[in-house]
Amino acid sequence: MPKDVTDVICPFCGTLCDDLIVTVSDDNKTILGVKNACAIGAEKFNHQRLPGRVTRPRMRQADGTFKEVSYDEAIDWTAKMLVKSRKTLMYGWASTSCQAMSIGHEIAEKVGGIVDNCATVCHGSSLIAIEDVGVPSCTLGEVKNRADRVIFWGCNPAHAHPRHMSRYSIFPRGFFTVKGHKGRKIYCVDCRYTDTAKCADEFIQVQQGYDYELLNAFRTAARGEALPDTVGGVPKEKIIEIVEDLKQARFGIIFFGMGLTHSMGRNHNIDIAINLTRDMNDFTKFAIMAMRGHWNVTGSGQVLGWQYGFPYAVDLSRRDQARHQTGETTSVDLLNRSEVEACFYIATDPGAHFPVDAMISSSRKPTVTIDPHIQCTTEISDLHIPVAMVGVETGGCAYRMDNVPIETRKVVEPPEGMLTDEQLLTRINHRVDELLAKGGA
Amino acid sequence: MNTVTLTVKNAPELFLECENVNTDAFAGKKADQIAKLGAFQGKEITTLGDYFTITGEAGATAADTKIVINGDCTKMKYIGAKMTAGEVVVNSACDMYTGSWMKGGKLVVNGDVHSFCGLAMAGGEFTINGNAGNYLGAAYRGDWRGMSGGVLRVKGNAGSDVATFMTGGEMIIEGNVDIHLGTHMEGGKIILKGNANRRVGGQLVKGEIYVFGSINVMMPGYKPVRDVELEVDGTKAKFTEYLGDLGERHPKRKGETVYGHLYMKQ
Repeated sequence: MPKDVTDVICPFCGTLCDDLIVTVSDDNKTILGVKNACAIGAEKFNHQRLPGRVTRPRMRQADGTFKEVSYDEAIDWTAKMLVKSRKTLMYGWASTSCQAMSIGHEIAEKVGGIVDNCATVCHGSSLIAIEDVGVPSCTLGEVKNRADRVIFWGCNPAHAHPRHMSRYSIFPRGFFTVKGHKGRKIYCVDCRYTDTAKCADEFIQVQQGYDYELLNAFRTAARGEALPDTVGGVPKEKIIEIVEDLKQARFGIIFFGMGLTHSMGRNHNIDIAINLTRDMNDFTKFAIMAMRGHWNVTGSGQVLGWQYGFPYAVDLSRRDQARHQTGETTSVDLLNRSEVEACFYIATDPGAHFPVDAMISSSRKPTVTIDPHIQCTTEISDLHIPVAMVGVETGGCAYRMDNVPIETRKVVEPPEGMLTDEQLLTRINHRVDELLAKGGA
Repeated sequence: MNTVTLTVKNAPELFLECENVNTDAFAGKKADQIAKLGAFQGKEITTLGDYFTITGEAGATAADTKIVINGDCTKMKYIGAKMTAGEVVVNSACDMYTGSWMKGGKLVVNGDVHSFCGLAMAGGEFTINGNAGNYLGAAYRGDWRGMSGGVLRVKGNAGSDVATFMTGGEMIIEGNVDIHLGTHMEGGKIILKGNANRRVGGQLVKGEIYVFGSINVMMPGYKPVRDVELEVDGTKAKFTEYLGDLGERHPKRKGETVYGHLYMKQ
């Protein structure tokens, strides 16, 4: 008899929905159906039963083809590569558990690696802004129960975080927001009319690349100073009207995404948005939150921040100190400048997201990719080690976009004999210890 | 003053961290002792002697020491960083952190420098006879104190995020800059002889910016107040004075609000 597993955590986006119901076959090996998840989340679970999944490590041969090897061989090759390389990029981590990350960081300390996560091409600029000016934030529960003014700035949760609007930000009825959608005023600031804009009460179309100027105008208006007639295509009367309305809020929240982090100025756009939030707290309660992408990229920032004080791009090559400099120790810069000798990718797909030049540079170095699936990066790697899917075939801790830790669940058994990230990294760690005790690779 | 000459004999394969190439580390040392100072390539620890031919000897103190570096230094970081006195002349382009955290002395680079140079510089004289990258004279990541003293002069262009969080000192850029000049500035003086792209003086609290060329888009938080005639870096001209950034917090001094000043040459 198939059975239902309830309260399953969705390992897809930073919203980490915790109300999924997954139907599992009698033998605990196959997922038969997923309820409550969005289309993308359901697909993540459905992947588990797709035919043709790689279940053993694959090593690149001289003729360019892959040959199946044992986990022992793969672990030995990886450990030797890490010990030999003078500077190794260890990138990814956003789709694995915090427990696996901490083992990975232990390896990085021993081999002098540079640990970087997906924030480097995503919300890294938000993290720089937070390093510069701090962040007045809150949890998604507070948004659901209190927020009556919601601003989506340069983000499109209708597509990127499909259940965010129904669970937290627009539609739900909360303790102090009993009217749900009707009790909230929703603003959407974007350079395009997105599907999120369709759900908003007011859409403000900003000229592309003028977010910084518009946010500066909001702050100037909040202080009662004069403004030019238009800023970034928005008339000054509109700016003043919005600012006055925000001051009337009981609880306001700004959600922002790639429209701010990856348009001109990057971290400065977030920096000034945080400062607008700070200004608004002179009048009412206001908070700001990054719409984090990968389901556990926040967790990687948390673990790195706790261990080394920096949320991403942590250079441990000098052993006695952890260093962090966006533009220097970030993955794309390291690859573009050919500053590393080997690449170790885990739980992500840089091949699909990095600039082509960076991946060309990466393809010329010894590369290991640890990922459950065949993807762009595995195809330019020397070694692909498949592992169990975290959040589906094994559990582990993850952090939601509001920095709330949630323990994910195992719903089915991984394929026979397949290692989890934690088991694999523990064995690589032991092999590194053995090699270092011998005096090197 | 004694002179030590370093000539590059082996180019590093990765990037070399030359935090020992400054007058303070060299002071009181002979050529063979200098050759034994550490140089770092990732986790590999080597010595300066592996990469440079070293001649001459240093003076007893940093102030009595002059270092001349010849050869290709484009893959060398931290040259002249943290120096407190003396003189360093580099006859090549340099990589990141050149002259960062400098407290005194004189550093001349006869070439371009990469990003993060003159970071949090507190004193001395730093001249770049070429172009500079991003974050020139800015703060280190997460720090709220950028360049706080000294004179930093660039003969060519500079990149973006120049003088972020600057709190003091003087920076002269003879060419153009990209976006975000003097963001979060809390003091000091920037003289830009060329043009700026956009976002000049965003979130600026205190300090002065002089622009001889044009700015593509003016920040909405700036208000023109008057015309003034000034002598700036040896040039007499008429400027329009702006107050700003009016969107940012401003301290009060003797009951009066202190604003930042932006001067645009007419």
